[in-house]
Amino acid sequence: MPKTLADLTVGEVAIIDSFEVEQLPMKLIEMGCLPGNEVGLLQLAPQGDPLYLNVSGAHLAIRRETAACINVRKLNE
Amino acid sequence: MSKNINVALIGNPNTGKSSVFNHLTGLNQKTGNYPGITVEKRQGMCRLPRGVKARILDLPGTYSLNASSVDENVVVELMLNKNDKDFPDVAVLVSDVENLKRNLLLFTQIKDLNIPTILVINMSDRMRRKGISIDTYKMEQLLHTKVALVSARKNEGIDVLKEHIATYKTLSTTPCLSIDQIDQDYFGSLKNIFPKQSLYKLWLVITQDVNFAKVARKKMEAEDASHIRSASFLKRLQQKETIKRYQFINSVLKECYIKDFRKATDLRGRLDRILTHKVWGFVIFFLVLLTIFQALFDWSSIPMDFIDVTFAQFSDWAKTALPSWLAPNLIAEGIIPGLGGIIIFVPQIAMLFLFISILEETGYMSRVVFIMDRVMRRFGLSGKSVVPLISGTACAIPAIMATRNIENWKERLVTILVTPFTTCSARLPVYLILISLIIPDERILGANLQGLVLMIFYMLGFAMALLAAFVLHKIIPQNQKSYFVVEMPNYRIPLLKNVVLTIIEKTKSFVLEAGKVIMAISILLWVLASNGPRETFKNAANEVAKTTSIDNANYERQLNAYKLEHSYLGIIGKGIEPLIRPLGYDWKIGIAIVSSFAAREVFVGTLATIYNVGEDEEETIKKRMAAETLSDGSPVFTLASGLSLMVFYAFAMQCMSTLAIVRKETNSWRWPTIQLIVMTLVAYVGALVTFQYFSI
Repeated sequence: MPKTLADLTVGEVAIIDSFEVEQLPMKLIEMGCLPGNEVGLLQLAPQGDPLYLNVSGAHLAIRRETAACINVRKLNE
Repeated sequence: MSKNINVALIGNPNTGKSSVFNHLTGLNQKTGNYPGITVEKRQGMCRLPRGVKARILDLPGTYSLNASSVDENVVVELMLNKNDKDFPDVAVLVSDVENLKRNLLLFTQIKDLNIPTILVINMSDRMRRKGISIDTYKMEQLLHTKVALVSARKNEGIDVLKEHIATYKTLSTTPCLSIDQIDQDYFGSLKNIFPKQSLYKLWLVITQDVNFAKVARKKMEAEDASHIRSASFLKRLQQKETIKRYQFINSVLKECYIKDFRKATDLRGRLDRILTHKVWGFVIFFLVLLTIFQALFDWSSIPMDFIDVTFAQFSDWAKTALPSWLAPNLIAEGIIPGLGGIIIFVPQIAMLFLFISILEETGYMSRVVFIMDRVMRRFGLSGKSVVPLISGTACAIPAIMATRNIENWKERLVTILVTPFTTCSARLPVYLILISLIIPDERILGANLQGLVLMIFYMLGFAMALLAAFVLHKIIPQNQKSYFVVEMPNYRIPLLKNVVLTIIEKTKSFVLEAGKVIMAISILLWVLASNGPRETFKNAANEVAKTTSIDNANYERQLNAYKLEHSYLGIIGKGIEPLIRPLGYDWKIGIAIVSSFAAREVFVGTLATIYNVGEDEEETIKKRMAAETLSDGSPVFTLASGLSLMVFYAFAMQCMSTLAIVRKETNSWRWPTIQLIVMTLVAYVGALVTFQYFSI
């Protein structure tokens, strides 16, 4: 079971590994959410959803269901 | 004289594009709407060096040419349509120095349309603090264009930008990315079928859902259907395109952009931890709301009272001073009060937008959207619905316009449909007069009982909005995956100029939008109230003289009341009496309801006329209302009928201007019609239950 963006803990940084392109809005991809880019979880909203991310320098928030579609790998793997 | 240059300002949201626009045009700007939609169209004139003049168009903020909201559609539509009169000779792409990489994505797209594109790097005053340095000369070489480092905040670099615009003809139109790199096969075949056209434009036409592209696409498909591919194939290519663009951008930035991370301060992180905290986040948001309400209902009462009195005096003056060929009665009783009925809301609207624009400029609004999303989602809304719902407490019209940045159609539609339930300021005078009439001025547990009831009715409005959203959420089918992507901008100190211009612009559009309707209705009502079909109306003077002598001080009032009873409006009121009897109302309240069907705020004014007192004598109105009896001698305004009337006003869709704006925003009559019918039914049933419950 690969790890997804939704499994990160606050403060953790990872590398975007892969995602099903149909699952994501174009806007997110354009903001830099692309395989190979760094992503960090900065904050969680109350009740753990949405997630506040730093995606290769862009600060943005997405919902947990979207985050769960993005597979990530550890920084040094 | 040569023709003016058309300049389009394009950029991501939160880049300070509007500040740049304000600097270029000063006060020499005007706001209108794009045809058919309510997206604001801001344009202005700008004087450039060597006597050149430019017409600057400030396009809505967008992250890319792949549009996902109504605002963004405008940009794509214009950029694809060479025949549009606004089609730019030169595009100015405004970016922000900290998010340059992401901003450049849009730059590459615009440049690939073969339009000369100047790059503005705004907020250059933050560079040193953030440890950023840029080699602009190198960047100009790599991007094949001119770059202007601008600080809109400090008014630096604007002259350089003007110079670049004036000499736009020297700019290269070399594209950044040759689109056929993405997929040789697909684009190769496209090129064979349509050899004369730009591949990138074709690609946009194929992938975009804006009107212009739809038409052009139909034409293409009719010509040759062999290029049609599945949606998922196209989306894969779009992703590939984005990757290619970022590769290009990264290669450029590597050469000319250096960021020293050690110098970056962590103000954002610290503020975020407090403002989005699971407890403090809500506490702070609640305090902010409290301040806004305090301002809307307390501080704005002074100018509102002043406007009220001024218009009443003006009306009195007009009645006596105007010559008869000017129809002084129509002016004094129809047009002036109608005008007053619009202007009276200006202080509140201005105050509301003062707060909203400050909250947005500082970046706090995105944090509210972030912490509220989960809560709102339960009701089928989005975190982005919070702003419209707050704005709704002033007026539903700007509130509904504020739903435009909700990308998901269903969430946006639900927000539009439920916003009119929030207690807008037009309901306030109705509540105030009824509360003072039926609720005793006592203290309960240290709180003023009247104030408490008023608060309950505000809560009732919100509760009803949420409940309605919940029901709609269950019945409206979801035909599109719900996406939620919110940029969390940097915290910034708001620019006074931007705040002031926002207030002026929003207030103006309110006065014009709502104004037209309220004005028309006021005149219509006046006509209906001052004409009657039967002899009884024409002989009013004689009839009243039978009971009251002409010298009597009350004669004039008696006459007016008599006339109203026998006017068309009075006849309508009596006609609907059987329908509203179960709610506890008589025909006089019926008139008030009918007349306020198009605009709630007319209620108090109508009652004043019916109970034949001057409108400004609130105390007297109250006394008369308290003394009113039904045919059996019992008082009209009891706790039961008063509350019932308030519930009716809380839920009923009595605002023509709102219906008009819903029709515009949803692009069909279907939704405003449903809204009107359902809300009226809810109001009727609610009022019925209230009256019957409190009558026991």
